[in-house]
Amino acid sequence: MHPIIILVAQRLALSTLLLIAASALIFAGTMILPGDVAQSILGQSATPESLANLREELGLNDPPLTRYFDWLFGALQGDLGTALTNGRDIAESIGQRMSNTLFLAFWAAIISVPLAIMLGLIAVRYKDRWPDKLISAVTLASISIPEFLIGYLLMYFIAVKLGWFPSVAMIGDHMSLLQKLQAIALPVMVLTLVVLAHMMRMTRAAILNVMQSAYIETAELKGLTGFQVIARHAFPNAIAPIVNVVMLNLAYLVVGVVVIEVVFVYPGMGQYLVDHVAKRDVPVVQACGLIFAAVYIGLNMVADIVSILANPRLRHPK
Amino acid sequence: MNEQITHMAGQVTAGKMTRREFMGKAAALGVSAAMASTMFADAARAAGPVKGGTFKMGVQGGESTNTQDPALWSSDVPIAGGQQWGETLVEVNGKGELEGLVAESWEGSADAKTWRFKVRQGIEFSNGKTVTPEDIMRTMERHTNEDSQSGALGIVQGIESMRVDGDTFEVTMEIGNADLPYLLADYHLKIQPDGGFDDPNSAVGTGPYVLESDEPGVRMQFVRNPNYWGGDAFAHYDSVEVITLNDATARTAALQSGQVDIINRVEPKIAQLLDRAPNLSVQNVSGRGHYVFIMHVDTAPFDANELRLALKYAINREEMVDKILRGYGGIGNDMPINAAYPLFDDSIPQREYDPAKAAEHYKKSGHDGSPIILRTADGAFPGAVDAAALFQQTAQAAGIPLEVKREPNDGYWSEVWNVQPFCASYWSGRPVQDQMYATAYLSTADWNDTRFKRPEFDEMLLAARSELDDAKRKEIYSKMGMMVRDEGGLILPMFNDFIDAVSNEVQGYVPDPNGAMMYWYASKFTWKA
Amino acid sequence: MKNIPISALIGLFLTALYFLMALFAPLIAPYGMAQVVGDVWEPSKIEIMLGIAPAGFTESNFWLGTDNIGRDLLSRMIYGGRTTIFIATAATILSFVTGSVLGFFAAVMGGWVDQVLSRFVDLIMSIPTLIFALVVLSVMPVTVPILIVVMGLLDSTRVYRLARAVAVDITVMDYVEAARLRGEKNGWIIFREILPNALSPLVAEMGLRFIFAVLFVSTLSFLGLGVQPPEADWGGIVKENKEGIVYGIPAALLPAVAIATLAISVNLVADWVLNRTTSLKGGRG
Repeated sequence: MHPIIILVAQRLALSTLLLIAASALIFAGTMILPGDVAQSILGQSATPESLANLREELGLNDPPLTRYFDWLFGALQGDLGTALTNGRDIAESIGQRMSNTLFLAFWAAIISVPLAIMLGLIAVRYKDRWPDKLISAVTLASISIPEFLIGYLLMYFIAVKLGWFPSVAMIGDHMSLLQKLQAIALPVMVLTLVVLAHMMRMTRAAILNVMQSAYIETAELKGLTGFQVIARHAFPNAIAPIVNVVMLNLAYLVVGVVVIEVVFVYPGMGQYLVDHVAKRDVPVVQACGLIFAAVYIGLNMVADIVSILANPRLRHPK
Repeated sequence: MNEQITHMAGQVTAGKMTRREFMGKAAALGVSAAMASTMFADAARAAGPVKGGTFKMGVQGGESTNTQDPALWSSDVPIAGGQQWGETLVEVNGKGELEGLVAESWEGSADAKTWRFKVRQGIEFSNGKTVTPEDIMRTMERHTNEDSQSGALGIVQGIESMRVDGDTFEVTMEIGNADLPYLLADYHLKIQPDGGFDDPNSAVGTGPYVLESDEPGVRMQFVRNPNYWGGDAFAHYDSVEVITLNDATARTAALQSGQVDIINRVEPKIAQLLDRAPNLSVQNVSGRGHYVFIMHVDTAPFDANELRLALKYAINREEMVDKILRGYGGIGNDMPINAAYPLFDDSIPQREYDPAKAAEHYKKSGHDGSPIILRTADGAFPGAVDAAALFQQTAQAAGIPLEVKREPNDGYWSEVWNVQPFCASYWSGRPVQDQMYATAYLSTADWNDTRFKRPEFDEMLLAARSELDDAKRKEIYSKMGMMVRDEGGLILPMFNDFIDAVSNEVQGYVPDPNGAMMYWYASKFTWKA
Repeated sequence: MKNIPISALIGLFLTALYFLMALFAPLIAPYGMAQVVGDVWEPSKIEIMLGIAPAGFTESNFWLGTDNIGRDLLSRMIYGGRTTIFIATAATILSFVTGSVLGFFAAVMGGWVDQVLSRFVDLIMSIPTLIFALVVLSVMPVTVPILIVVMGLLDSTRVYRLARAVAVDITVMDYVEAARLRGEKNGWIIFREILPNALSPLVAEMGLRFIFAVLFVSTLSFLGLGVQPPEADWGGIVKENKEGIVYGIPAALLPAVAIATLAISVNLVADWVLNRTTSLKGGRG
């Protein structure tokens, strides 16, 4: 096992460097963008004097490099600073938002990932027969309809017409788990529909790819049933592409659900980042960027390690 | 007819008739909708407000970057929240008249240079501190001094001096201004303890409700201010929530499923469809806000008035009101003033869509035929991209090559508006003509987004400002309006209505031309049956 | 080619139909793309024939009705299909060529080449798309080619991850080792050994990437990148008409249906190709 541990250590060390590089890139990006936070705060009511006054107070007149390194040293010591726009503590605001985002992503993932893989296995088992066609058609249709549209339709029929779940998915600390789950039922449904097809299709394709191998034939000749062959022999050998696609979709659930957050008024990270990018609130954008980068880098690392562990030839390199 | 109306009013008071029924029957009797609306509210009020409950407002226009510092407000959600906890010196009511809030009474000197505001006796901030004239002066200072970051800085310019005299706050202007109290009704100028110098974000004011919790971009929760100076006559709810609902469909769904009691900015396209839904009504009121296309008159090719006139004749105003606003608005006349303003001259002829005239002016302008780029964004005003597409089509019919360019919403107000020579924009209007013209058409105005710089116009504006004879004032304003209409860089196709949708549970709602949700005071004036 | 299954035939037929409509848009469309020809959201001929049009409407000049400012929806969808299909196809091809070639290359080379490429991809993926798009927008001219390149490159990071993961599994197989021992060059190994064995997951991914690209076009054009009004893409038409959706106005639903049918057709074709590739490897077919 020890090469894996070395690999993980190596990757973790590299990740730190990557995170710093990502933060530098994001900072440079926000510097390139036209406009600054003072202008965005005052908006249409900006006057030259009020702009100058606000810039001075927010420290926007310091050179960019100074500002970046100030931020970096702060961040390394765990101090993310305060938002320029409303003076709130960034760590606290993000903590709240992030826990909301993870809550939603967790429930969406726990439903969609097993469901997608199961549907993929069923599709392989009944390949080219009606269950396969039906699963493919339904999941493909749901993935190709813009997510806000699925949201509107569910909202209208389930929340307005039937009144089963609220259309506004606002959650708060005072709510019990059950109340929270009820509140996020609709966004979880939409997210499940949105991510299902990709993972299901990849499961199906990757397993079909290995179904031609000699060992599958052996297993079949041994008299194993269709499902046993697929689940025990084909699936483990098809894991690398599947796990990569699953990780991509998990990342999407964490960083990419802005539209769903807007439609269901869910206080998550996506909208938080978009608002602060719009206002050029650099410290907040940096902090969000750092977290999102960590999510991608972390999930990619997990995907790579799972791929290695699943393949004996990679697990024990010659 | 009177008897019938009285009878109907009685039914309403007894809770036996809904608003929709009342409005329908009143219309059948030939009563105008505005009249009927007021009568209904009166009748409902006669039943006496019911105390208690929670009032939930679903408001478009909130971000997670919002703050409670009034100086930095520019979108609807923080303004709506601010109306709950804070008050200005005076307010402009639904009829366009001034009413005292923190100020009990006020008077101007004969030359309208010096204004004295007497603070309401015994009025307290929500932290228990009594409001003093010093607090008022400090507030004005914070918004107008040289370190100010306030959005009101451009509004209250030209203050010569301020002082406190007993229980009175006195301000002297450099030039007489008959409309000064209207300017001080600006939403930024919430009176705060020590003017908000020590803690601008405290959300401590004299409003009917007190801020209890604030999640920017999500919601604000308020409880009733037990010491509200207005006493039992106002603010009937125990608590109020201002919920940010930026998505139009999410707003209507929240109202229809009973998660909020009132919403603003109903999409004009679906207003009629929504009105058919049970248990709610769609309410609209014409306001002073307008959707515009603005040209810089000092930049080629828009420096040629012939080209400006060509474009003005090439826009189909009726079609815009019909298709973009679905009739929820009024036709513009290339001047920023409409009948909602006092001293409006309705004899100014309406400019019509006339492709032949447009083509003629276009030919006279000698433009080289290269595409004229019109910049727009979804955020410029609701439907701005569609409006630009309509404009492009009608201009094409007149042989004018217009090219629409969609800009990102992100950075539109800093990079396109007031920077690019031709773009779509939005003005929310001002309570009086003087303020509207002074804000965007005076040569020295910061927001002169058409670069309209005419000394004779400036002189007329100042003359009208200190003119106390209304007839003369109206005449001057009429001339100014004509000047902007015929020579300015403003293409004004439409004035938009405020469109709210209100749950039928809510009683006492009267549309207010100052803004949506009774200018965010629905929580103060309404109650739930 | 004799044994094409029905489903693949349907897929091929619809895909071809959409592509042909895109190619000959100006000849087919009854009205101009930007031409305002009627009132807002007029009902369609079809609705009137079926008797499901709102009360008061007895005739219509429009097969699919009109859109949110009174343009003919059918014409807009035909022209919109042109934009959508062209951009999505180009971006998907770009992302696949770049992503899979680099992914295979990293897997075959291994070592620091793999490490540098993979970590670079991690880095690009970690920059939020919004910031990426806005930066591109502010430093480059807003044109369709730029839109395609941005979409293609952003997507190629995802393809790279997949291609590399699949290829790493293959590079340790005996037959690759045998090829190496024979002294084959890396190019030969990539195209002769890895590509055929990695094709199934990649083809499946390509079918889905195409759908993502179709939807992504409208996201970016709403940011101001790429497609400019009055031009439209299918996702954009959905957005323009979205308010009407819950009130039974079909203008938002029809372009969504178009996207869905295109998506299903393309993937039916992909499934068929996938079948052919698995049998190519000389399995039991």
